Amino acid sequence: MLYQAVNPVFKPARPQNPALFGGEGRIFRPEHPERRLAPRRLEPRGLSIDCPVLKLTKSITWNGSSPIRQIRTPETKPPMDASDAVFLARAQFGLNISFHILFPTITIALAWILVYFRAQYARTGDAGWLETYRLWTKIFALTFAMGVVSGIVMSFQFGTNWPGFMNTVGNVAGPLLAFEVLTAFFLEATFLGVMLFGMNRVPGWMHMLSTVLVAVGTSLSAFWILALNSWMQTPTGHAYVDGALIAGDWWQVMFNPSFPYRLTHMLLASGLTAAFVVAGLSAWRLLQAAGDRAARRTLRTGLVIAAVLAPLQAWVGDLHGLNTLEHQPAKIAAMEAIWKTDKGVPLVLFAIPNEAQRRNDFAIEIPKGASLILKHSADAELKGLDHFEPDIPPVAPLFFSFRLMVGMGMLMIALSWFGVWKTRGGMLPARWLLWTLAGFTFSGWIATLAGWMVTEIGRQPWLVTGILRTADAAAPISGAQLGASLTGYVITYSMMLIAYMVVLTHMAGKGSAPEPGRHAALRQGAAA
Amino acid sequence: MTLDLPLVFTALMGIAILAYVVLDGYDLGVGMLMPAADAREQDVMVSSIGPFWDANETWLVLGIGLLLVAFPVAHGVVLTALYLPVVAMLIGLMLRGVAFEFRVKAEGWHRELWNWLFWFGSFLASLAQGIMLGSYITGFEPGFGYFLFDLLVAGGLCGGYVLLGATWLIWRTEGALQQKAVGWTRWGLLWVALGVGLVSLATPLVSETVRDKWFDFPRTLGLMVLPLASLASWLWVWRASGRIRRGDAIPDWAPFAGTIVIYALAFLGLAYSLFPYLVIDRITIWQAAAHPSSLKVVLIGALIVLPFIIGWTVYVYHVFRGKATGTLYDH
Repeated sequence: MLYQAVNPVFKPARPQNPALFGGEGRIFRPEHPERRLAPRRLEPRGLSIDCPVLKLTKSITWNGSSPIRQIRTPETKPPMDASDAVFLARAQFGLNISFHILFPTITIALAWILVYFRAQYARTGDAGWLETYRLWTKIFALTFAMGVVSGIVMSFQFGTNWPGFMNTVGNVAGPLLAFEVLTAFFLEATFLGVMLFGMNRVPGWMHMLSTVLVAVGTSLSAFWILALNSWMQTPTGHAYVDGALIAGDWWQVMFNPSFPYRLTHMLLASGLTAAFVVAGLSAWRLLQAAGDRAARRTLRTGLVIAAVLAPLQAWVGDLHGLNTLEHQPAKIAAMEAIWKTDKGVPLVLFAIPNEAQRRNDFAIEIPKGASLILKHSADAELKGLDHFEPDIPPVAPLFFSFRLMVGMGMLMIALSWFGVWKTRGGMLPARWLLWTLAGFTFSGWIATLAGWMVTEIGRQPWLVTGILRTADAAAPISGAQLGASLTGYVITYSMMLIAYMVVLTHMAGKGSAPEPGRHAALRQGAAA
Repeated sequence: MTLDLPLVFTALMGIAILAYVVLDGYDLGVGMLMPAADAREQDVMVSSIGPFWDANETWLVLGIGLLLVAFPVAHGVVLTALYLPVVAMLIGLMLRGVAFEFRVKAEGWHRELWNWLFWFGSFLASLAQGIMLGSYITGFEPGFGYFLFDLLVAGGLCGGYVLLGATWLIWRTEGALQQKAVGWTRWGLLWVALGVGLVSLATPLVSETVRDKWFDFPRTLGLMVLPLASLASWLWVWRASGRIRRGDAIPDWAPFAGTIVIYALAFLGLAYSLFPYLVIDRITIWQAAAHPSSLKVVLIGALIVLPFIIGWTVYVYHVFRGKATGTLYDH
């Protein structure tokens, strides 16, 4: 059959908090997964006016594993290994969310850069700013479309890949996601039309307002989704009522301890990514036509934004790290590959973490460095991974992702400062520098993805720290279905990503004035 | 009296899904009609939906979001049972969504490829939605017979989307393309009549619950209002499109409005057949509902924000009123 409600494994949730599973829990528990569910009719309750939610949710525990009727028994098809199912679910979700985040990372900040271009045009009336605005609006539209379509996938995958997530923490996660849709998605999607196509149809102020509202929408979206992600990292404000996890205090849920740091860190990451896209594509344009005045201006814009934000990001990143040390110390221990609790812990610059032996191979260390950086005292004690066993995240991916992120950040600081110096007073940088900047167009993606790897892998084995384990939230999807859909996604995403990068480069290479006459004139100017 | 929150959320979710089906339905329908038009007409057709498609798809996210928020248990059950059609729909929506942008930027055979992907994505998404609907009606029953039923529903839904797209084009285009759209409307109407007829015959056969609901005399007599009103709207759209063809003085949005009425009636019928189940015969809306505390928060938020959403949606339709030209993407 094309699709089947196969239910090979549905692991019982390990009760973390007995109160959560008191009595008949809200989680489906497979006492007899092999038993075929007898179709059972429930009497409709009619139009009751009280709110019988709690009473009735209890009867959800069927005499089988889930309300999906089983159509295959384990005898005809052996259940897939649970860890394989979790791995595939994670691989697929990871692929989707990594692909998705590429585009919002650009559009969150690029929307504000467009506000700047639009305001410059409104202020000066210079047609050059208008051309710049139009070119970057097209790039924004394309990036936004990529983000929207891959974002729709996300809204489904919470349910398809992690049903246990919504069953357990849906009362907290659901409203946060709902507010993202209600306040952010409609705002940006609706006014995007006016912003892209409405310049000749609405008054100038209305067009300016639409540009601002799109930017507000993208930032609001980041606000809600990071509130949810941060709550999953450092949950506060929730309570247990009648066995269900609910939000006791929404303010505490949203403004949980890691939220301000993570939000700032992500917004700055978006700013840096967009700045390098602007600078990189402008550099690419200048390699084609050195005389393009608009491209010189946007190159400078991108570089200045990057030069300001990059050191700021290093500082905020450090604060974020100290916050993580306070609330998720195991994550820091894994990032720094600190295996044993000790005083005066060295800073590992490079090593190959050896998970089997619980030590680092080929380590290059700065004595007492980690204690100094993390505790601001050379002899301070740091908790090692041994302190947190067995609930520790995988060390090597964290260790390397973190170094990749920091390394990219350092390169971005150096390159943006050097670039600002080399473009002072309207100077055109040397071709090698333009090539380097063009090569760095998507450098923000690498740093952002590495950063998200650190924060997400660092939360393992938890999906919601201390509340829900990743393994307990995975869906009972068969390996064949996951494999088929994974293949479909990989093909679609590869094609979209290649098309996106090619079209972006092509559009930027043509510059902001695509009319052939002007294009030729610019080329002559460049040659002369 | 306390508010029955699950019932309120069912209504909200129903409105969001109906809004999605009608709104994205017309732009999916336009996408499916692409191969029937020439290159210049294709530009006009895409321009007519360009400013709207993005917000239209947001209603899908809202509908699914409300299912996720209000009925987390059903969200997991429904979406895992519909896993592959959901993936197919998402891939279809992705392809067509980016094709809007890529097709105007590409040249030569690339452009042809993106035009094709725009059609293919629209078709794949519509087909998958139809299969999801069919499977949902039967309570995700496996088996070849049920799959045929799903395909039947899918065929009907594709025809319905084509009808929406064609009547949208009658409203938003002029001249030869509008005349063509009248022809497409007629085909869409025939297709819908066949599809709805067959689905109506098959549904009581595949679902006992629906059969009991439909043939519960004397309530059945009252229920006859729905098919009769659908038939009346159908005839009305047929006649209105004919008058457009002859150039009579009739509002060009009339066929589109009539089609929306057909959709609303079909939706009402479906809602009546399934209520109070979220998953037929297994999960009622009260069983699947989230905790009242989180429902209240979302309801208050939704009541504050929805008027704004409706307000600026109306504003954007006002800004982009009138006939489409093929120049929208030359911005």
